[in-house]
Amino acid sequence: MNIASLSKIAIKALGNNKMRCFLTMLGVIIGVGAVIAMLAIGQGSKNSIKAQISEMGSNMIMIMPGGDRRGGVRQSSDDMQTLKPADYEAIVNQSTTIANITPTVSSSGQWVNGNNNYPSQAQGVNTQYLDIRQRKVAQGEMFSESDVKTAAKVCVLGKTLVDNLFPDGTDPLGKVVRFGSIPLTVIGVLDEKGYNTMGQDQDDLALVPYTTVMKRMLAIDYIQGIQASAIDENKTNETIAEITDILRTNHKLRPEQEDNFTIRSMQELAEMISSTSSMMTVLLAAVAGISLLVGGIGIMNIMIVSVTERTREIGLRMSIGATGRDIMTQFLIEAIIISVTGGLLGILLGGIATWMIKIFANWPVQIDPSSVVLSFAVCTVIGVVFGFYPAAKASNLDPIEAIRYE
Amino acid sequence: MAKEIIKIENLKRYFKVGDETVKALRGVSFTIYEGEFVTIMGTSGSGKSTLLNTLGCLDTPTSGEYYLDGIAVKGMGKNERARIRNRKIGFIFQNYNLLPKTTALENVELPLLYNSSVSAKERTERAERCLREVGLGERIYHKSNQMSGGQQQRVAIARALVNNPVIILADEATGNLDTRTSFSILTLFQRLHREGKTIIFVTHNPDLALYSSRNIMLRDGRIVSDEYNHDIKSAEEVYRNLPVDTE
Ligand SMILES: Nc1ncnc2c1ncn2[C@@H]1O[C@H](COP(=O)(O)OP(=O)(O)O)[C@@H](O)[C@H]1O
Ligand SMILES: [Mg+2]
Repeated sequence: MNIASLSKIAIKALGNNKMRCFLTMLGVIIGVGAVIAMLAIGQGSKNSIKAQISEMGSNMIMIMPGGDRRGGVRQSSDDMQTLKPADYEAIVNQSTTIANITPTVSSSGQWVNGNNNYPSQAQGVNTQYLDIRQRKVAQGEMFSESDVKTAAKVCVLGKTLVDNLFPDGTDPLGKVVRFGSIPLTVIGVLDEKGYNTMGQDQDDLALVPYTTVMKRMLAIDYIQGIQASAIDENKTNETIAEITDILRTNHKLRPEQEDNFTIRSMQELAEMISSTSSMMTVLLAAVAGISLLVGGIGIMNIMIVSVTERTREIGLRMSIGATGRDIMTQFLIEAIIISVTGGLLGILLGGIATWMIKIFANWPVQIDPSSVVLSFAVCTVIGVVFGFYPAAKASNLDPIEAIRYE
Repeated sequence: MAKEIIKIENLKRYFKVGDETVKALRGVSFTIYEGEFVTIMGTSGSGKSTLLNTLGCLDTPTSGEYYLDGIAVKGMGKNERARIRNRKIGFIFQNYNLLPKTTALENVELPLLYNSSVSAKERTERAERCLREVGLGERIYHKSNQMSGGQQQRVAIARALVNNPVIILADEATGNLDTRTSFSILTLFQRLHREGKTIIFVTHNPDLALYSSRNIMLRDGRIVSDEYNHDIKSAEEVYRNLPVDTE
């Protein structure tokens, strides 16, 4: 007996009970759909994290004042002042593994140009900031080392600030705008970056020499942080160790004293986020997988009912020459047809659900082809595994008893 | 001398029911030749069905020999017996046993579906021919559940004929039918007999002995008589003389 004829018989048998067949499939459809959608969400968020990291530069290192803040303990204001320009200079002079480095200080305030106001910040950095954050000056130029030395009253504006301060479209270059009470000459305009994957406007940025922010705006002698980029993104841990040594020496910390600064690498941050997101993905997929399993049990349940109901039919088939193997194959094919058709519809449902999540919730999603292949394979296996018991039961029936069954 | 289709020697079939042994067949021997129309009679529980199931290779005897078409059935495995049923035997049951929601044609094709040496085209041709033979040429696409009992039994007979069996085995084939329909079915059996088919027809109705060529009587698992009937009555005549409206 060939598979083609048995498939024909199986399809016919399923066709005799379309509603039940569909309801049985529904378990698989929902299971597969859920698995696909969950994996798409997981993959999407992982991708977006990756994109964000490469956006920011995966070799980036951030140094913050104060000890490790992961405990969530509130920092005193003394703790926030542990980084000085001298620390920055020590790193510049002593580190061998750093490509670029800038101190960061920022001041919040109102940008003003005539009648136009825009509340934002003045980001105090040095010239290397552009390389670290992979930004460019699109118009005009970046301020120079000597501007930093002299705390020059100059600024480089992002597109959002330009649009808000010069709404009529006049060329901002050479114009004098004010930040609070301090007049600054616009010498450059940053390249346009738009929103990042976190939804932040990367063009809402104004760069000012850090010395200008420290001396003229905030009147402080400490810096709020240091950003650097390692030469080798795979050796950021060594870079962290090196900087830790330099800063501890510079702060004259004894061995038993804890660091009064915190260093984070982008890599570390990325791993943290992506491991949380992987865990979530596994969790979600597991829940979805359970519903797929329940779908499989549904198939088994219905197949057992169907074998009992069709006992006479099985007896008849045997009496006219079907072997146990023929009967077994027929019922297995029925189970596989249910699970595979359910799987296909489930993939469709998963695709639609993913699409809706993307459209309506605006989440980053991505259907990985391997997840489609995987769930399809799982479906077939489920059909075989859960169809096997009922099919074996059918094939072991005694033809005489089966045909007399009422 | 005609060909031996069935030859059984001292066939016994015991069933174990709890501690007791039910002796359904206690040593039955006979030989059936090609072209015979044999009725097997006996009261309920005399072992007719057990005998027919054994002859049909659905059941295996506790002891004794059985040759079907010259082949020793004893010692055959399940799959071999399934193959024998498929190629050499045509079964007809009291309650027709048609597939529900399935056309007459598909029902008749069924045995050939389990025979991979028959092509799809040949399968349909043979099934149509058999349906015409039993007088259902106009109803091949009717669903089994839209047919009367007599029509359903005709479909079952067509199904038993479709594989060109060496023997047709019928167990109470007219048991569920009214007298008039019974005689129309019996007429069909007589015609098949005239065309050379070998038939074993099990019934508890002693009147039917008049319409077959040989009659074996069973009682408590033993043969009590085995007689040839040289004056076969025509079922068709009886059928024609019956009043049309019997209900
Ligand atoms: N599977 C079985 N298990 C136990 N006893 C059986 C079985 N099949 C038949 N018998 C017994 O064998 C005897 C003959 O039964 P059966 O061949 O069906 O008789 P008939 O068809 O002539 O009415 C009966 O007593 C019946 O109870
Ligand atoms: Mg009986």
